[in-house]
Amino acid sequence: MTPTESPWADHPAAVALAGRHRLRAWEPIPWILALAFYFVFPKYLGFGTELLITILFAVSLDLVLGYAGIVTLGQAAFFGAGAYTVGILAKRGIWNEPITGLVLAAAVAAAIGLGSGLVLLRTGGLTLLMLTLCTMALLEEAANLAHDYTGGFDGLDSLPIAPLLGRFEFNPLYPTTQYLYVLAVLFVCFVFVRTLVYSPFGQSLTGIRENTLRMHAVGAPVRGRLVLCYALSAAIAGVAGGIWAQANAYVNLGTLGLDRAATVLIILVLGGYGRLYGAFVGAIAYMALSHFLSKLYPTAWQLGLGLLLVVIALFARNGILGIAELGVRWLRRPRPMP
Amino acid sequence: MTAPLLETLALCRSFGALTAARDIDFRLEAGARHALIGPNGAGKTTFINLLTGVIAPTSGAILLKGRNITSVGQAQRVKLGIARTFQINRLFRRLSVLENVYLAVAERVGAAPAMLQPAGTRRDVIEESMRLLDTLKLAPHASRRVWELPYGRQRLVELAIALGLKPEVLLLDEPAAGVPSAESHIILDAIDTVPRDIGVLIIDHDMDLVFRFAERITVLVSGAVFATGSPREIGADPNVRAVYLGQAARG
Repeated sequence: MTPTESPWADHPAAVALAGRHRLRAWEPIPWILALAFYFVFPKYLGFGTELLITILFAVSLDLVLGYAGIVTLGQAAFFGAGAYTVGILAKRGIWNEPITGLVLAAAVAAAIGLGSGLVLLRTGGLTLLMLTLCTMALLEEAANLAHDYTGGFDGLDSLPIAPLLGRFEFNPLYPTTQYLYVLAVLFVCFVFVRTLVYSPFGQSLTGIRENTLRMHAVGAPVRGRLVLCYALSAAIAGVAGGIWAQANAYVNLGTLGLDRAATVLIILVLGGYGRLYGAFVGAIAYMALSHFLSKLYPTAWQLGLGLLLVVIALFARNGILGIAELGVRWLRRPRPMP
Repeated sequence: MTAPLLETLALCRSFGALTAARDIDFRLEAGARHALIGPNGAGKTTFINLLTGVIAPTSGAILLKGRNITSVGQAQRVKLGIARTFQINRLFRRLSVLENVYLAVAERVGAAPAMLQPAGTRRDVIEESMRLLDTLKLAPHASRRVWELPYGRQRLVELAIALGLKPEVLLLDEPAAGVPSAESHIILDAIDTVPRDIGVLIIDHDMDLVFRFAERITVLVSGAVFATGSPREIGADPNVRAVYLGQAARG
């Protein structure tokens, strides 16, 4: 009997699992919107670029936090590592080609993720949270002290990034190249993460998140999987940081700071973690809200954001996407036959 | 004489001043139906944790088919054929019943490390998981999230995950714990369907279950083996009755 003729292939549970990774009808929409943005709002491409980079960074966090359940406050360590890799190499005239620059940024960030992950991921919970924070603080202080390389507190500006593919200049005033470049890189990284989370490896990460003890008991090399996931996520965060440095021709200590790490966490919680697209929804909601609230209450706009977070944490653990999912389920609920 | 399936030699484990396992010499034969009983705090769960490698013994040795596995890690012991269930459900609560079993089967067949292939294309793993659920009469519930199931059925998922590992040694830690007595026959029936070639060690307080199931019983008291024998011998042993059965008979 071949698997296709198996009596269980038609069972709803088997069908659901077998088709889980298939593209859903609505999935092209965010990408179409992102492309449309390029044509409709040419004046806001700087903002758009920043938004796309934030989404990429949030996607990297979703992989560790949302899928593997690793609670980290130090994700900006990898963003900063990527940004400084690009920054230092360009400033010193060693390497300024953008695409290979991103590969280097990813490699450096992944190496830091692998090294720190091997030590940190022996712990869990609050200890892990504090250690990720400490790692980031150490890197930030190291960048501050290594003034000769990093520019210290002032950072590195006017980075001489080479034109993309040798043709398209990065113009800070008209960031058309940046926008499309970031969009393309986000797409590639997103496809990678999407593939990963629907793979057996991704499924086992979900298993570790749901019940670590049981994953040990089914013979999974739990720590190895977590470290690998942590390093991959670090690589993607490194790409986000590297591309941020390229798009802005600038690196500073803020790329390594708690502010950035906390913001991306807020974005993911707001949008809904463990959902891939929560990063998109959260980043848009966060940026729109900060824009709107800061106009309304220039002095106390963060209060509004804080209150919203409290409401989300108390009543909508799965974020905006979670609310949307509840809505969809309610609309599709089985109704009694008339 | 061939080596027993699983054997412990003078196995000891102390937690500070507390000795939770004291010179335990234990043998589990291939295809055995063996029960481990003892009062609360006798060290039954510690013994399971020692066998599965969750904790390391202070001294003594554990042999699987004659091979010393005392220093083999937890994951590797699973690969060698030792699987367990937990006294309190340890399930992937927000995943479907099928996905729970899929995780175990994928791990066993070596599918789990694959990163670039969708989990759903491993039809062989899905197929085997569904067949296993069917033997435990769980197939109709395969789509449900585990937390939505009644507790008795969740206990069956515990068993399904362990069986998905195709063990040679199956350790059942109070399989019917927490299940209302009206539902406990589901668990008993399921245990009866465990393939005969698997050596099963069951830990339980429920004497009906133990005497229905076991062909051999070991009594553990204060971390040491107090008696071993057939259910008839154990049931007739006045010392066992004094330390254990007498108390349990009340309930």
